[in-house]
Amino acid sequence: MDINPMVIFMASIFTNNMILANFLGMCSFIAVSKEIKTAWGLGQAVTFVLTGTSILNYLIYHHILVPYDLEYLRFIVFIILIAAFVQLVEMIVERYVPTLYYSLGIFLPLITVNCAILGVSLFMVIRDYNLIQSAFFGLGSGIGWALAIVALAGIRQKIKNAPIPKGLDGAGITLIIIGLMALAFIGFSGIANVQ
Amino acid sequence: MIRKIKNIFSLGVFKDNPVTRQILGICSALAVTNLLINSLVMGIGLIFVASFSSLTVSIIRKFTPKHIRMMVQTLIISAYVIIVDIVLKAYWPAMSEALGPYVGLIITNCIIMGRCEVFAQNNPPLTSFIDGIASGVGYSAVLLFIAFFRELLGFGSLFGINILGEDWTNWVFMIMPPGAFFMLGILIWIANTYIPDKDGNIPASGGAK
Repeated sequence: MDINPMVIFMASIFTNNMILANFLGMCSFIAVSKEIKTAWGLGQAVTFVLTGTSILNYLIYHHILVPYDLEYLRFIVFIILIAAFVQLVEMIVERYVPTLYYSLGIFLPLITVNCAILGVSLFMVIRDYNLIQSAFFGLGSGIGWALAIVALAGIRQKIKNAPIPKGLDGAGITLIIIGLMALAFIGFSGIANVQ
Repeated sequence: MIRKIKNIFSLGVFKDNPVTRQILGICSALAVTNLLINSLVMGIGLIFVASFSSLTVSIIRKFTPKHIRMMVQTLIISAYVIIVDIVLKAYWPAMSEALGPYVGLIITNCIIMGRCEVFAQNNPPLTSFIDGIASGVGYSAVLLFIAFFRELLGFGSLFGINILGEDWTNWVFMIMPPGAFFMLGILIWIANTYIPDKDGNIPASGGAK
């Protein structure tokens, strides 16, 4: 596997976007996309945590789990590490950048159960990326996720007063908007393709 | 007792369906529904994990300190997911490869965590176990419904058996990601319009507004 890390980076933003192609991180994607400002805050936090955990999980997987033949424990190890990392970030941010802490608020702890975080770590193992590739994959996926949630929040703010059929209002119309966004992102598929 | 079980099932499968009503666990609901067989395996895996982790959480609920219960629940769920993963790898490696990371992602599937937190924390083991099964069945029903249309229109087949004949032009759109989003959106629309919620009302809109 020697794919240029830059190609992985571009691919994970546009062609293999975490939400629009891999369906990861949908829960908070729908719940927190009502306003651009909060969406942007969550997007930043996810990007940061994704980059950090993909690097740390890579190191732990290849330097502790593989040498001792404990690969099957990866689910537990990854999720504990993610939870611990989120907790640590929360404490550091609270101590040194209180303004950012208050603007992110409840989103930080919620990130632990964001499927995109665990998903990136699992994809990294399955696709056999090296350390640099994993770091760029994590960063790119985070930026792609942030891009998608901010775009969705923008659209949802615009349609707030639109006459939508009663049963479709809420989650239904949001999923259809995401579908249209996914269609638009397929247009990027010529840029870079990594599977 | 029988009535209670019936009630749990009608809540889990229809009136309070985890996917269409509570908008939980849709990551995997969308990712594996391009083929019916993938959805079936994923559904069975989720029923297993949901029921047994509810059971375990409920058994130890009185000994679990309140403030670390989330961590305990996550570890219990992870343990069961590892069992599913290992069994799948041993007996059906091709399926394990097709599902890729999505088996592991059962851990972060909010349905299981939600049922453990809301139901199993406060109910005896047997009812929690049944509640886990009911939520799992509700989830699987949605998965199979979406997969039925996606596979039928996208490949012209069901469970890999050709149904629509040679002249059928495959709707490639249905097997691509946007097809999944549209299908789920339409399903939620139908569910919100025709299936009453647990109070007997037709809800105006789904879980996340």
